Amino acid sequence: MKKSIIVLLGILGIAVLAVLYSIRVYNNLFGMNQGVGASWAQVENQYQRRADLIPNLVNTVKGFAAQEKSVLTDVVEARAKATSIQVTKEVLEDPGAFAKFQSAQDQFSSAISRLMAVSENYPTLRSNENFLSLQNELAGTENRISVERKRYNEVVQGYNTRRGRFPGVLIANVTGFREKAYFKAQEGTETPPPVKF
Amino acid sequence: MKNPSFASNRLVARDLIHLVIWTILIVIVPEEAGFSQDVKIPKLLRRVTDFTNTLSASELDAVEQDLARFEDSTSTQLVVVMIPTLGDQSIEDFALRTAELNGVGQKKRDNGVLLLIVKDDRKMRIEVGYGLEGVLPDGLAGQIIRREITPYFRSGDYYSGIKAGSDAIMLATRNEYKAEPKRKTTDLSWIFGLLFFAFIFYMMMHRARRSMGMMRGGRIPMYYGGGFPRSGSSWGSSGGRRLDSESGSGSSGFGGFSGGGGSFGGGGASGSW
Repeated sequence: MKKSIIVLLGILGIAVLAVLYSIRVYNNLFGMNQGVGASWAQVENQYQRRADLIPNLVNTVKGFAAQEKSVLTDVVEARAKATSIQVTKEVLEDPGAFAKFQSAQDQFSSAISRLMAVSENYPTLRSNENFLSLQNELAGTENRISVERKRYNEVVQGYNTRRGRFPGVLIANVTGFREKAYFKAQEGTETPPPVKF
Repeated sequence: MKNPSFASNRLVARDLIHLVIWTILIVIVPEEAGFSQDVKIPKLLRRVTDFTNTLSASELDAVEQDLARFEDSTSTQLVVVMIPTLGDQSIEDFALRTAELNGVGQKKRDNGVLLLIVKDDRKMRIEVGYGLEGVLPDGLAGQIIRREITPYFRSGDYYSGIKAGSDAIMLATRNEYKAEPKRKTTDLSWIFGLLFFAFIFYMMMHRARRSMGMMRGGRIPMYYGGGFPRSGSSWGSSGGRRLDSESGSGSSGFGGFSGGGGSFGGGGASGSW
């Protein structure tokens, strides 16, 4: 009789420990998930900031180089496409959708690069104080974007690692904590594409 | 019979120790010593640091004094770093890491600015902390680089360029923050000392009542006698460090620099000459 009570207590003890452990894992993941959300918000802020700079830039360039119609339209269209994609929580967990978002933003970057490259051919534009300030703002924003993307990737790495470890991963799967997507470094976006005349 | 196994255990242990030591020497030390391609991030001990030996001692002191006084009155930390070359590294990456690792700017305010000059590469960057992006936006930082600094650098006058640049940055950021009045937190370390003594005193009293004679009571002064200088000096030095980072100045007028823990987001502007 004593033996069965001990076994029962043992099983109960293990069950209690398992529950406590599960609670701990869940709370950890919950906190880290919030961190991912906050970090993502920062990334979105910087992308938005860049999008906000573009209308002013386009107008300034038009003032000096209105004949560069194709480059100017490209930028406006790329901007519309990039800002039209809504990044919801589901997108963060769907690598395909996330890659689409990144691709739209990267194409936007390319269009902006082409516009800036073309602007180099107009000395009056190049020395215009407003254009120079905008150029600084744009460069600063691109830098901020790359900083926030790097930080986001770091936060996501922490979350994904915690989420994927055994046996916590079992709890994560049951409670709906899914892996988040990373920003990938694109080959060839470092150098702006050659300008075609 | 015991000896052979005992001897072989010692041999294995010695070999293991050798392996560890050589691994450290061959693998880890070269990394630490900076044999890698990346230029290492400097730890800043002063507000102006010139790794190129361009500025004279009096020029360095003049700028240092300006920046120290600026920090005293506004709590904003502006630091200047001049290095010879960056190699393959991007200036944005290097500037951001230098500013962040050194914690330029105060922790809650993020009011730090780093002016980085890469002399041989003819590049520079003003890295602006989160808290100053409002008064020193990228466009203005770029303007300062173009108008204030570049003309001097082009003619080889690095001191004037640095002075003009830092003056302009200080002008832009002067009114954003005010230095907080010197808080009394630096005095708190003495409370720990008092508590420690009170605790020891209580223990002594407690033990004296229980002990049989002077023997037990005598052991206590030796016990904390051994530990006291260590703990006393660590409080002293930590108190001193806090004093340093708060006021930023010692008795000599301007003391060493230590970052207040400010953060950066990548704002600022780069330029070349």
